[in-house]
Amino acid sequence: MEFKGIKQTAKALANKDISVQELHDMYLQRQKKHAGDLNCFINDTSALAKNQIQVAQKRINDNQSSLLTGIPLVHKDLFCTQDIHTTCGSRMLENFVAPYDATIVKNLNNAGTVTMAKANMDEFAMGSSNENSYFGAVKNPWNHSRVPGGSSGGSAVAVAAGLVPIATGSDTGGSIRQPAALCGVTGIKPTYGRASRYGMVAFASSLDQAGVFARSAQDCAYVLSDMCEFDNKDSTSAQVEKEDFSVSLGQSIKGLKVGVIPEWMDSLPESIKLTTEKSIQKLVDLGAELIEINLPTAHLAVSAYYVIAPAECSSNLSRFDGIRYGHKCENPLDLNDLYVRSRTEGFGEEVKRRIMVGTWALSAGFYDAYYRKAQKIRRLISEDFANAFDKVDIIAGPVAPEVAFEFNAKKDPVSMYKEDIYTIPSSLAGLPCLSMPIGLVDDLPVGLQLIGNKLQEAKILNVAHQYQQDTTFHKLVAEGYHE
Amino acid sequence: MLINRKEVEQIAVLAKLSVSEGEIDAIAASMDSVVEMINHINEADTNAVKPMANPMDAVQRLRADVVTEKSNKDKLLSLSSQVDEDYYLVPTVVE
Repeated sequence: MEFKGIKQTAKALANKDISVQELHDMYLQRQKKHAGDLNCFINDTSALAKNQIQVAQKRINDNQSSLLTGIPLVHKDLFCTQDIHTTCGSRMLENFVAPYDATIVKNLNNAGTVTMAKANMDEFAMGSSNENSYFGAVKNPWNHSRVPGGSSGGSAVAVAAGLVPIATGSDTGGSIRQPAALCGVTGIKPTYGRASRYGMVAFASSLDQAGVFARSAQDCAYVLSDMCEFDNKDSTSAQVEKEDFSVSLGQSIKGLKVGVIPEWMDSLPESIKLTTEKSIQKLVDLGAELIEINLPTAHLAVSAYYVIAPAECSSNLSRFDGIRYGHKCENPLDLNDLYVRSRTEGFGEEVKRRIMVGTWALSAGFYDAYYRKAQKIRRLISEDFANAFDKVDIIAGPVAPEVAFEFNAKKDPVSMYKEDIYTIPSSLAGLPCLSMPIGLVDDLPVGLQLIGNKLQEAKILNVAHQYQQDTTFHKLVAEGYHE
Repeated sequence: MLINRKEVEQIAVLAKLSVSEGEIDAIAASMDSVVEMINHINEADTNAVKPMANPMDAVQRLRADVVTEKSNKDKLLSLSSQVDEDYYLVPTVVE
């Protein structure tokens, strides 16, 4: 089965060449064959899907459908889905049934999508390899002994293995872009505030953003357009007009000024550098002009991020007290014992490490030296980007410093954190950014990151679309997943 | 060592987590490597820089204090394993 994109599938559904049920069943067959091995799903949503299939088919029959009506998807398991388990990949929320839908889930439900499962992920979205899930690691379809990246590993794998055409994810410091790169799919994180955070389990509130995985930039544009709009329920939702990110997809990129950061390119292993350079050269062939830029403070981004993100994590995760929801320990001796044992039993190692680091950074006497200082670095990085965008339209560069690595390869947390060295700077600045497949190195996918100025999702999506009109890397499928 | 055993124990108390005697050294070592990396933020002169709390430099909006949807009280209470009528049950706090 070859998925020909949302637009053509919507046309086939409208023409009754295929029914919503048949489309769903085609993917269900693939899921039955592969999802267990890949461990990419946590929760079953078949009861919901059954209802959504009927609703979608009726809308199509009544000519009330939109592009996404009847399209199957999976949601990362940190988006609340009403009356369905929402675990966040944690023992803490193993039995948590969400009482309401996240806004982005509601928006996609309203568009008529069919929810086929909840996707596995690093616990509370903390990780770059999907090895931190309470429900076990997710495997990369390109090589089962390799990680898929994280934290949205299950979502990236589901799309890469052709188990669904689209998936939602979230990105705090690279959690959409890095797994998209490592699994060979297209993934976009919009501008901070574009997608509502209401109903998305919080990790680091000033960084968390919802986004999309798909087989192409075009499909990402369709999904993102239906997902994003101002939401009064999220106090950091950007007060901007709803936008159709697909309208500018046909534009030529002739004369487009593309910024390239020489320090980033020079720091890459030779094989990844060559592949990255080739993809940037393709943009030049399509008419773009390259301009060297520098981001003088970006080398401090990972350090600043690992103050800000854990600090916000320690605050956000203090809500898990064993009382109102989440894991509760057996026979607590007193209230403190209830808090401490419920949290100690419920959280995994990496989550506890980040809570501890964040608690330390926010503790008496350290606030100015760490959290406040890191926020100042954040402004410097944001200004670096603003200066760069005075000269260029977009920035192109690497997503990750390596291809998918072996399981258990990174035992030291800092070596894992450095996996996000190229994705964290734009996260701190709140910029829209995407990863698109640009080829294979050692038979494993490599991605190119495109970073746009604030609220310019449409521009980076169009650049990726123009690249994908002229190349076929985004269509590559891992051996064994064609059928 | 940037983080010693005693500090690990103190942080765990603040974070409402317990660390066993056998875990302390490993936690101290891993936190130490993280803090060593974090300390690079001191390389930049930020005296004249304003902290950035929100990447859009936006201030959090407040909404009007009005009822927006029906009460979900029963559904929310059902998420807890121990409730009594409208109350969450916790271990005795005051004798």
